[in-house]
Amino acid sequence: MSEADIAAAVLWIGVSAYAVLGGADFGAGLWDLVAGGAERGARARDLMDRAITPVWEANHTWLIFNLVVLWTAFPEAFGAIMTTLFVPLMLAALGIVLRGSGFAFRHVARRLEHRRLLGATFAFSSLLTPFFMGTAAGAIAAGEVEAGGGGEQFGSWTGTTPLLVGALFVAGSAFIAAVFLVRDARRAGDEVLAGYFRRRALASGALTGALAAAGLVVLHSDARFVYDGLTSEALPLVVLSGVCGLATLVLLIRDTPRFTRPLAVGAFVAVIWGWGAAQYPYLLPTSLKIDQAAAASETLVALLIVFVAAVLLVVPSLALLFSLHQRALLGEGSERDEP
Amino acid sequence: MALTLGFHIVLACMGVAFPAITLIANYRGIKKGDPEALELARRWSKAMAVLFAVGAVTGTVLSFEMGLLWPRFMERFGDVFGFLFAIEGIFFFLEAIFIAIYIYGWNRLSPWAHFWTGVPLVVCGLGGAASVVAVNSWMNEPAGFTLAADGSVADVRPWEVMFNPATAYEVPHMILAAYMVAGFMVASVYAVGMLRGRRDRLHKLGFLIPFTVAAIATPIQLFVGDTAARAIAKDQTVKFASMEYVEKTGTHQPEYLGGVYVDGEVRGAIKIPDLDSFLVDFSADTNVIGWESVPADERPPSPTLLHLAFDTMVGIGSALMLLAVWFAVVWWRRRDLPRTDWFLRAAALGGVATIVALECGWIVTEVGRQPWIVHEVMRTEDAVTTADGIWFSLAAVVVLYTLIGIGAVLALRALSRRWREQGVEAVDVPYGPPPAEGGGDSA
Repeated sequence: MSEADIAAAVLWIGVSAYAVLGGADFGAGLWDLVAGGAERGARARDLMDRAITPVWEANHTWLIFNLVVLWTAFPEAFGAIMTTLFVPLMLAALGIVLRGSGFAFRHVARRLEHRRLLGATFAFSSLLTPFFMGTAAGAIAAGEVEAGGGGEQFGSWTGTTPLLVGALFVAGSAFIAAVFLVRDARRAGDEVLAGYFRRRALASGALTGALAAAGLVVLHSDARFVYDGLTSEALPLVVLSGVCGLATLVLLIRDTPRFTRPLAVGAFVAVIWGWGAAQYPYLLPTSLKIDQAAAASETLVALLIVFVAAVLLVVPSLALLFSLHQRALLGEGSERDEP
Repeated sequence: MALTLGFHIVLACMGVAFPAITLIANYRGIKKGDPEALELARRWSKAMAVLFAVGAVTGTVLSFEMGLLWPRFMERFGDVFGFLFAIEGIFFFLEAIFIAIYIYGWNRLSPWAHFWTGVPLVVCGLGGAASVVAVNSWMNEPAGFTLAADGSVADVRPWEVMFNPATAYEVPHMILAAYMVAGFMVASVYAVGMLRGRRDRLHKLGFLIPFTVAAIATPIQLFVGDTAARAIAKDQTVKFASMEYVEKTGTHQPEYLGGVYVDGEVRGAIKIPDLDSFLVDFSADTNVIGWESVPADERPPSPTLLHLAFDTMVGIGSALMLLAVWFAVVWWRRRDLPRTDWFLRAAALGGVATIVALECGWIVTEVGRQPWIVHEVMRTEDAVTTADGIWFSLAAVVVLYTLIGIGAVLALRALSRRWREQGVEAVDVPYGPPPAEGGGDSA
């Protein structure tokens, strides 16, 4: 494996982490969007709020991580992606701003109409952001982003594949969030909410599976190179992803959600690595290979050293955060509890 | 981009320095069993949560914008300075993690454990600021790479990139600025509160802690800033010439205070003969290079803007220095604040003034480098995106950031109003007994 391949693997680790953690985060926002009126949705919203409040910023740091790795290790690909996919990425960035500030301000606002407006901003942008990120990913897979960049501003991401992948990202986010929330509801001892999210996990899981299957069909005509990869070298990963996804659904139906979370994560991660394996050795199929796009070797070495340092520092801290969060040692101050 | 950065820089300052101020209050609260100090730390951590969230999203957008607006710049030089952002990424990651633990750990972690989860925030703030500012100083004084004949980058030497000549003064200058901004800003909020008659111990302490931090940073900042200006006179001659209205190279350059540059002459300035030369190297015979040393298309636009921005920054810095000295003298003699309300009024202005100075400093370093994005290597116009819709997205960004700015201020005011309504008797002990020992305690 060359240094460039290792750097690509680092990028893929970051993408996987963002897809799972960021996805769960967006998904929670999506369920917020469809939870109904302020009265009816209050309990579900409260659970989601408690689930994401302390961790959402850390989850989104993975996005910054990915952007930094991409522009440092593969500056040429970064330039090409950013010039071609200017519109969807700008819209995704807009979604991130609205989402983060809507969420943060909602916590402080007390008047119902303010909370409602800010909550709607947060929830609606939870829909926008994964969708546009999905279209960007789909456009890359479909070979719409060519080395050198400057591709079509609209045509590049409005084809069938990009739009379908956008929908897939939204459905997948909703699914993984619902799976996580079933567990959170159960831990909080709220069986009604657990059932509520279990039904939603099943529905969104079925939708995600259907969209993924449809995606394969579309790729067959739109992005032959990636399709061929997915059905040959990457086939084991695709199968693994399908098996994990189905197993998650079966466990949810039987209401034994013990291993649902790792299985759902497995389904996500497997399909992402499947995508990577399918388009290997290309970074931008089929015009830019990983080796061609890679930065100078001194830079890659510096980046990998930084990455190792990051793993040593960040992973234990993240583990601490998540374990404190799971053990319910993190909570809002007394203000919210007061009448 | 300029706008997003100008907005983000203020939030970043709070992110870098606010945790330290909060932890000082926290430390005092635990060590001396001071309930007001603990209450302050708890309130500040709430405000920090709002500011950090907004800072995090504007920071994320910036990393997008880097690519969206400057694709050619990133494409060519991303591999030179990118790893600095990777380092910053680690610090930011740790910051996001520990800020969550700190903010949400008040009631359930033991006091000292909770205090220590805040300490990484201070370290990460310093580290993160240092690595990002190192990128900016690299843009001002690029080093650590070789340009091949075809203009592509070869032979990257990461250490030299990180410790380029400008890092030595830009990094401390920015970090001190962050401590000044955060300190004077927070202090000004409490100064206003005291002027409105809320002269309880909480407000006094809420003023004293941040103000002392800022007052200590100020004299160091003046010294560092002076060093920086001298280094710029040597290494970024055209920027310096524009800052100081030096048209032609020569000795015995006068120093202009204020004034505008129109039609080839300086108008309305106070002119002090020889002082500029003297400031650059302590002798009126010092040769200062003027902007006529380079062709017109390699000079920054509007010397007036640069000069006035520079003068404003230095002026505000000096005024704050006087304020800090006033405070220090009175405190040393009486262990109390100066009695007159004029001191509080000045301190209340100090908060806004530091932000003005911060933005002025940023104008000096960025506009002063134009037309270059990488000093004498790459022009800004060659780096910018070719995508359409730039103006539209600019307009959208202006509207959006205005809304977020208003939102952040409203959110902080809502917090402050709530605290005020609670009144002093509601100052509860943040480290309540943990649920297990607390028995029936529901708060």
